[in-house]
Amino acid sequence: MIDELLRPFDFEFFRNGLLVATMAGALCGAIGVYVVLKGMSYIGHGLSHAIFGGFAASALLGVNFLLGAGAWGVASAFMINGVTRRRVIGSDAAIGVITTASFALGLALFALFGRAGANFDAALFGSILGVGADDVIAIAVVSLLAGALIFLRYRALLFTTFDPEVADVAGVNTARIDALLTVVLAASILVTMQVLGVTLIAAVLVIPPAIARMLTNSFARMLGLASGIGAVCGFVGMNLSYHLDVQSGPTIVLVAATVFGVVFCATSRASRARAPASNM
Amino acid sequence: MTALVELARLTYGYGSQPVLEEVDIAIGDGEFVGIVGPSGAGKTTALRVVAGSLRAAHGSVVRRPGLRMAYVPQVETINWSFPVTVQECVLMARVGGGRRLPWSSRAERAEIAAVLERLDIGDLAGRHIRELSGGQQQRVFIARALLGEPELLLMDEPTSGVDVRLRHELLHLLDDLHARGLAILLTTHDLNGIAAHLPRVICLNKRVIADGVPHHVLTADVLERTYGASMEVLEHGGMPVVVDNFRHHAHHPHPHPHAPHDHHHAHDHEPHGSQARA
Repeated sequence: MIDELLRPFDFEFFRNGLLVATMAGALCGAIGVYVVLKGMSYIGHGLSHAIFGGFAASALLGVNFLLGAGAWGVASAFMINGVTRRRVIGSDAAIGVITTASFALGLALFALFGRAGANFDAALFGSILGVGADDVIAIAVVSLLAGALIFLRYRALLFTTFDPEVADVAGVNTARIDALLTVVLAASILVTMQVLGVTLIAAVLVIPPAIARMLTNSFARMLGLASGIGAVCGFVGMNLSYHLDVQSGPTIVLVAATVFGVVFCATSRASRARAPASNM
Repeated sequence: MTALVELARLTYGYGSQPVLEEVDIAIGDGEFVGIVGPSGAGKTTALRVVAGSLRAAHGSVVRRPGLRMAYVPQVETINWSFPVTVQECVLMARVGGGRRLPWSSRAERAEIAAVLERLDIGDLAGRHIRELSGGQQQRVFIARALLGEPELLLMDEPTSGVDVRLRHELLHLLDDLHARGLAILLTTHDLNGIAAHLPRVICLNKRVIADGVPHHVLTADVLERTYGASMEVLEHGGMPVVVDNFRHHAHHPHPHPHAPHDHHHAHDHEPHGSQARA
């Protein structure tokens, strides 16, 4: 039994994939806290689809995927901000227009020019086949940058997320904080796309923070919990993916969703039990 | 008296619609000022221009160099389900200081404890902000503002959605802070409950209609020009009491025989049911 569980660790591709999935879970869990609390979940979902357009275009043009799709993702994010600021169109509609158009462009490019050189299915649904040492390095670098941003700008990020207007008065450059967060979000999606797939990244951004929120009322603890829960879901999901022979994206998301269900039931029972006292 | 903030001929608009037109307001050291006016009169906009979160297209805003301001938002605009404890919320005020580490220093924790103690919420530091009563919730945001040791406190509609007892508590608290030298600028829709108790009131409806002590400012003429509706001003315990004159103008199914100057009757229709402060 133990031998069976440890067998995939003999393969380098699996060790790489597991490392990427675990780091991806932790990274998306932490960034997801800000995404969820700022009500930007739909941006995470949309941005991953938009980046798929950049992925297709850079595959066809032979441009480095990280640079091509990364630039595309950041451009889409700022375009969404620009369209939203005109106020005529709400941000949800702006995200819908820009990101689905970009996703459709990616699909059309692949249909017209074939799928040579790029792993189409992996980009959509995630795969650990083809995860190399360079992918591990990419996600490690983005995780370090995101960690440094959260650590060094913790107070400004929290204030901007909670109360942007007052943060502005208190001297926080909220526009710059938002821009930094958007860039880190785009970078996180970019480096996790290979393992999770663009269609499922949003789940890893949203589910671990949602679980953490049910477990604590403190922001600092929510950040730590979301990151830890994301890492565990990535680790367990990736192992299940190997043993069940299902793509890594769906198994990681299903593990996270199962944890969500369990915590949801447990905490709603606990809050029902506490209800009479807390009504005082 | 040097002004902490001075708005001069200030015009601000969203799109082509001006919200503030040629507004002149100066707030001096240690003043306690209320801005009143109808909905859409530009009260909150004026406060945000003073705070610096909105930048006007025309006119000037001059702040005393190095002025420390703190802003207390309307309680309705707070996301109460956001995961922050009282201590985490108050610590946000320390965003611009030298310390960048996520966690608070021992000195910061002591300062937070002192400011919470001063506002009578010293035992609530570890609680989530939603677990507090309305008055305690407001004090948390005042505590956050005070931790920055401001010279000018800006408050947007501090009494909206607040009952009479809490309003009295808040007025006492603000009076106390003012007595210790803090300048306060607030907006309010509450003429009798708040504005009449302040040393200085500004009536605003896109323009400054009047500016001065309540006795001079809260007059029928000024209020009609501010609100575009007829009001009557009575006196009770030496303070102006504003009465809505709705009954005198609207079609009424049971005309009252003494309608025009029946003060007792009018008193029943005080918009906010307030009394002079004891």
